[in-house]
Amino acid sequence: MHDVWILAETGHNGLKDISFELLARGRALADTLGVKLAAVVIGGGLESSEAWRLIAHGSDIVYVVQDSRLEHVTCIPYSRVIEHLIRKHSPQILLAGATTTGRTILPYVAVKVHSGLTADCTDLAIEADTGNLLQTRPAIGGNIMATIKTPDHRPQMATVRPRSCRPLKADPSRSGQVVSELFETAWDDDRFSVEDIRVPEGDRVSIEEADIVVSGGRGLKKKENVVLLDRLAHLLSGETGASREAVDRGWKSYPHQVGLSGKTISPKLYIGVGISGAVQHLAGIKTAECIVAINSDEEANLVAMADFALIGDLFEILPEIQRQIEERRRSS
Amino acid sequence: MHIVVPIKQVPETSDVHMDALTGTMIRSGNTAIINPLDLYAIESALKLKDRIGATVSVLTMGPTSAVKVLKEAMAMGCDAAVHLSDRKFAGADTWSTSYVLSLAIRNLSPVDLIMTGERATDGDTGQVTPEVASWLDLPLVSFLSSISTVQDGILEGERLIEEGYQKIRCLLPAVVSVVKEVGEPRLPTLRGKKRAMTYDIPVWTADELKAEESFLGLKGSPTRVVRIGTPSVIRDATVVQASGEYSLKSAVSQLLDFLDEKGLLTEGGTHA
Ligand SMILES: Cc1cc2nc3c(=O)[nH]c(=O)nc-3n(C[C@H](O)[C@H](O)[C@H](O)COP(=O)(O)OP(=O)(O)OC[C@H]3O[C@@H](n4cnc5c(N)ncnc54)[C@H](O)[C@@H]3O)c2cc1C
Ligand SMILES: Cc1cc2nc3c(=O)[nH]c(=O)nc-3n(C[C@H](O)[C@H](O)[C@H](O)COP(=O)(O)OP(=O)(O)OC[C@H]3O[C@@H](n4cnc5c(N)ncnc54)[C@H](O)[C@@H]3O)c2cc1C
Repeated sequence: MHDVWILAETGHNGLKDISFELLARGRALADTLGVKLAAVVIGGGLESSEAWRLIAHGSDIVYVVQDSRLEHVTCIPYSRVIEHLIRKHSPQILLAGATTTGRTILPYVAVKVHSGLTADCTDLAIEADTGNLLQTRPAIGGNIMATIKTPDHRPQMATVRPRSCRPLKADPSRSGQVVSELFETAWDDDRFSVEDIRVPEGDRVSIEEADIVVSGGRGLKKKENVVLLDRLAHLLSGETGASREAVDRGWKSYPHQVGLSGKTISPKLYIGVGISGAVQHLAGIKTAECIVAINSDEEANLVAMADFALIGDLFEILPEIQRQIEERRRSS
Repeated sequence: MHIVVPIKQVPETSDVHMDALTGTMIRSGNTAIINPLDLYAIESALKLKDRIGATVSVLTMGPTSAVKVLKEAMAMGCDAAVHLSDRKFAGADTWSTSYVLSLAIRNLSPVDLIMTGERATDGDTGQVTPEVASWLDLPLVSFLSSISTVQDGILEGERLIEEGYQKIRCLLPAVVSVVKEVGEPRLPTLRGKKRAMTYDIPVWTADELKAEESFLGLKGSPTRVVRIGTPSVIRDATVVQASGEYSLKSAVSQLLDFLDEKGLLTEGGTHA
C-alpha cells in the first residue's frame, strides 16, 4: 500500500543503467517512509532473469507487463499501462528517468491521474513532518535550484536526471515478488508507430550516457583539428562533445552540442578544450562531477568553473596528454 | 491544414553574465523574447506551410506584455495569433498551463498539428507538450528532428532519442515537439512585420475558455515551488600554466595525477 515506485527502462541489451539508479533513489525513500519499493517494467518480452536483477538491486516488488505490442516505447499504450497500475495499487511516489522515455510518458500520465510532476531532479528527500517528497531540480539554465513539492496529489511524480546517483551493489540474496499483469487490447493505440532506428555511422549520439565527455569549442580553429579531440576521447573511453560555436561551424553534429540549446549532461569527467564557458554552455555541465578546462586564457569562464585548469595552447597540450597517457599505460 | 504553435515568452539570456563569485546570472536588460527553442517549432510549421499549404496560428499564455512574442511570430510569417491572458492563470505549473493551452486549441479546431519547442529555457521542464497531448487525447511525437512527409493525414519523420534517430509514423491530428535539427529559423520579413502591426490579437480569458476554475493558476497547480537556491558553481580550480617545454610536461603530468587519483584514467573507461 502506498509504496514507492520506479519505472524501469529497457533497451536492446536488457535493463538500462537508469533503472538501477532509480532503484537506489527509490530504496532510500522507501526506507525512510517504511514502505516497499516496486519497479514497473514494460516491454515486448523481457527475460525473467531481468526482473530478478531489479530485486537484487533493491526492489521488493516487480510489476511486469510484457506483450509483443509493447516492444517499442510508445506514449499512449505505455501511459495506459501505468495509469492502470497506479489506479490499482495507489503508489505514493513514482520516479522515472529524465530520458526521452521518461520525459515523454510521465507528463502524459500526470495529466490522466491528475497529479504533479517535477522535471529532471538531481536530489530527492522526504520532508520529516509531512512525509512529502522534496524534489530539487536545476532550472533557468542551471542557474537556480528549485525545491518542489506535490502536497495534495498522489502519486508524487518526478523524473530524475540520469547519472545523478550511483546504483546500489547487487545483492543476489535479496528476496522479492514478481507480479505479471496482462496488457489489455483496449490500451493499444495504432495512431503512432515506430518503423525503424537509424544510428549515424561513426557518430554516436549519446553523450548523456557517457562517463567521460571531452568537448571542443572555437579554440580548435578548424574542422581538421577535431581529430585531436576525438583521439583524447577515445583514449579515455569517453565521448566527444562540442560548444555551439563548434556545432554551428559544422565541426561536430548537433547531437554533440552541450549547453542550453543542446544537451545537459552529468558525466564523471568533463574536459572543455578551447571553450570559453559562456553561461549557455555552462548550463549543460553544472552537475558534472569533475570539470577540467584547457584554455589559453586564464580569465575564461570555464577556468573559474573548473576543478582543474591547464593554461596554454591546446595544440601543444592535447598531444602531450596523449603521449603521457600512453606512456603511463605502457609502464603499468 | 491548420497548425497551432504554442510559444512561450522567456527572459533574454544572451545578455547575461555570470557573477564569478556567486555563480548567479546578472541580467543587463529585462527583455523578454520568444523561447529560442520555439523558433524551431515556428520554422517547422512555416516550412510545412510553404511545402503543402497550411494556416499557422500561434498561441501564448502569459501576461499582457507577452503579446510582443506573438507579433514577432507573425512577422516571421504566421497567419493568426491568440493571447491567453488572465490574472487567474498566474503561477500555473505545467499541469495547469497545459490545461489552459488545450482548451484554447480545442477552441481553434479543426487543428491538424500542434508543434512546440523541445522545452522552455526558463522553466526547462519540457512537460507542457506531452501534457497538452494528454488533455486532448492525441498521439505525441516528442523530440522530432526531421519531417519527411505529411500526406493523407499521416506524418512521417524521425525522432532524436538516446539510441539514434527513430523513424516514426503518426496519424494526424497529433502533437509534436521539435528539436533544433529541424532547421534554422527564418528572420522576420518586412511584409510580416506590417501585417503583425495591424493585426488585432484577440485575448482569451478563463471565462471565454469556460475553464474549470479549480484547475487554474497557483491554486490549480499540483506542484509548488517551496524553495529557490543558487547552486555553488565555483569549484576552486587548481590552475596550472602549461607552456614552455618543462612546464608543459609537468602541467600535463599533474593533470593526469589528479585524474588518476579520482579513478578517471582507467583504460577501458571508469567501469573497468
Ligand atoms: C539562446 C542561446 C543559446 C545558446 N546555447 C548554447 C549551447 O547550447 N551551447 C553552447 O556551447 N553555446 C550556446 N550558446 C552560445 C554561447 O553564448 C557561446 O557563443 C558559445 O558557447 C561559445 O563557444 P566557444 O566557447 O566554443 O567559443 P568562444 O567563446 O569563442 O571561446 C573559444 C575559447 O577558446 C580559447 N582558445 C582559443 N585558441 C586556443 C588555443 N590555441 N588553445 C587553447 N584555448 C584556445 C579562447 O581563449 C576561448 O576561451 C547559446 C547562445 C544563445 C544566445
Ligand atoms: C524554477 C521553476 C521550476 C519549475 N519546475 C516545475 C516542475 O518541475 N514541474 C511543473 O509542473 N512546473 C514547474 N514550473 C512551472 C513551469 O515553469 C510553468 O508551468 C511554465 O508555464 C511551463 O513550463 P516550462 O517553462 O517548463 O515549459 P516547457 O514544458 O519546457 O515548454 C515546452 C513547450 O510548451 C510550450 N509552452 C510552454 N509554456 C507555454 C505558454 N505559457 N504558452 C504557450 N506555450 C507554452 C512551448 O512551445 C514550449 O517550447 C517551474 C517553475 C519555475 C520558476
